[in-house]
Amino acid sequence: MTITVERGVTGKKTQAGPPRRPRDSYALFLLPGVLAFLAVIVVPFLMNTGVSFTDWQGVGSPGWTGLANYRELMDDSEFWASFRHSLFMVVAMAALPTAVGLVLAAALFDYVGKHFGSKTVAVLRACFYLPQVLPIAVAGIVWSWILAPTDGSLNELLKAIGLSSWQQDWLGDPDIALYSVMGVMVWVQIGFPLVVFMAGLQRVDPLLHEAAELDGAGWWSRFWHITLPQIRPEIYVVLTWCTIAALKVFGAVYVLTKGGPGGATNVPSYFSFTTFFEKTQVGYGAAISTVLTVIILALSLIGLKLQTRAEEGDGS
Amino acid sequence: MTTALRRYPVLIALCVAALFMIIPLLIVALNAVKSPTEYSQNGPLSLPDGLYMDGLKDFWERVDYSQKLFNSLLISGAVAVCAVILSVLNAYAIGIGRIKGRTWVLAFFVLANMLPQEALVYPIYYLSKEAGLYDTRLSVIIVFTVIQAAFGTYLLSSVLGQFPREIIEAAKIDGANKWQILWRIVVPVSRPTLGVLMVFFFIWTWNEFLLPLVMLISNDNQTVSVALGVLQGQRLMDATMTNAAALLGVLPAIVFFLLFQRTLTRGIAVGAVK
Repeated sequence: MTITVERGVTGKKTQAGPPRRPRDSYALFLLPGVLAFLAVIVVPFLMNTGVSFTDWQGVGSPGWTGLANYRELMDDSEFWASFRHSLFMVVAMAALPTAVGLVLAAALFDYVGKHFGSKTVAVLRACFYLPQVLPIAVAGIVWSWILAPTDGSLNELLKAIGLSSWQQDWLGDPDIALYSVMGVMVWVQIGFPLVVFMAGLQRVDPLLHEAAELDGAGWWSRFWHITLPQIRPEIYVVLTWCTIAALKVFGAVYVLTKGGPGGATNVPSYFSFTTFFEKTQVGYGAAISTVLTVIILALSLIGLKLQTRAEEGDGS
Repeated sequence: MTTALRRYPVLIALCVAALFMIIPLLIVALNAVKSPTEYSQNGPLSLPDGLYMDGLKDFWERVDYSQKLFNSLLISGAVAVCAVILSVLNAYAIGIGRIKGRTWVLAFFVLANMLPQEALVYPIYYLSKEAGLYDTRLSVIIVFTVIQAAFGTYLLSSVLGQFPREIIEAAKIDGANKWQILWRIVVPVSRPTLGVLMVFFFIWTWNEFLLPLVMLISNDNQTVSVALGVLQGQRLMDATMTNAAALLGVLPAIVFFLLFQRTLTRGIAVGAVK
């Protein structure tokens, strides 16, 4: 590192006058970032919030209606349904992947890593992680074809193994569609917690496990009493990130079901999208997305808080 | 002996689970190389008789896939580079400059990163129309540069906060100004982290759907994700076409995955806990 320094600046002995307010002159470097943020994030966000108090339709001048949009939301069963579906998405994209990811990561780490080598671990990990790198639109195409009612691979497979009675219109039946979308999201999401947890497990002192094993602790009890508490910071990070991702889920719903059938898989982000661009009720759409934003920011703050506490409690 | 007996079932179970993860992609690949007649006769689960590439070729030409690939590469590449530059500038002021109120500045960037795009999308759509940037690749590049830089600023600020001060002090004594210190010392030394960020920004932008869907409506500007998603949403494709589309969408992702696997997995670990 020192070599780089010397090579980089040798022979540059210019202006060494006493710098005035040396700390604040760095603020200039922040200028492009702050301006860009104002233009792309702050101004649009404030506009969106402002529009949520109007009856704007995207053209003409907006009329101020105060809290009318929010009052209407309270009575809008479509709105409540979309948030109920969000909870299902949190289960599918945060709770299940975290739980399954923990067990998979620990099993890969404890058994496969120790007895079959890191190559095997890398291959298995890559298989689980692969769906994470696919564009969600592509994952949606793959699955809507597999889950198709006629000729869909899943139905064909059920027929082939003699379970024809289990065949379903996976994405077209209002009673099943939401669960099908949930299944796809578990598939998409599982690699992320797995990879984070595997990285976290490398921090855990192997001596702890060895000592517990000598004391006669089984795998589950070591998992429960040693592994879990040790990687608690990672668990909070993963839960926070995945919950936020679940609340924002859009592409999968757009490609798989378009919110249907009959609104059975509608979610807030898709709901606001159609309200903006299909119904052109911009004011109402803005109210939906503002509520979504408040929920996401609140959850993010809780998540950050838990994470900080877990890291402090860790003593690291 | 007992441990040997115990670990094989675990390995087998994990292998079955891993297989389950990639089977959907394997079936897609199988069916993308089947002819329509073969597909309708034998269904989706049979092995193909031979390689039938016309489905892929038809789809490629029909959606002008070369153009879509070019658009995606251009947008994601430009965002990756610009967002890293913007992140470095921000993080330099916050992490090394330790400007006044840096905690608040950092909180501002973090919050910006957590905002759902739904709460920005209509104003961005409207403002870009006013500015004459609607339906241009530039508009998407600008927006994602800023959104990705929010995360980059957050991550890099903590990395640069631990940058060895002696190096910077030494350079100052040698008469380097802040600009020179940034480009000749901080950037070269942090190159590994910047590389990880660049890979992430590239792939994240490649996979983005909502904003490109809204902003890029003309065929010539669409990205791979948007083109495929829109076609699928319209349900105009037959089974062979769908598989061709899916396979062509999956392939670039797999190429990036193989190229960047190590960076990706390492980067997630760094990004998550830092």
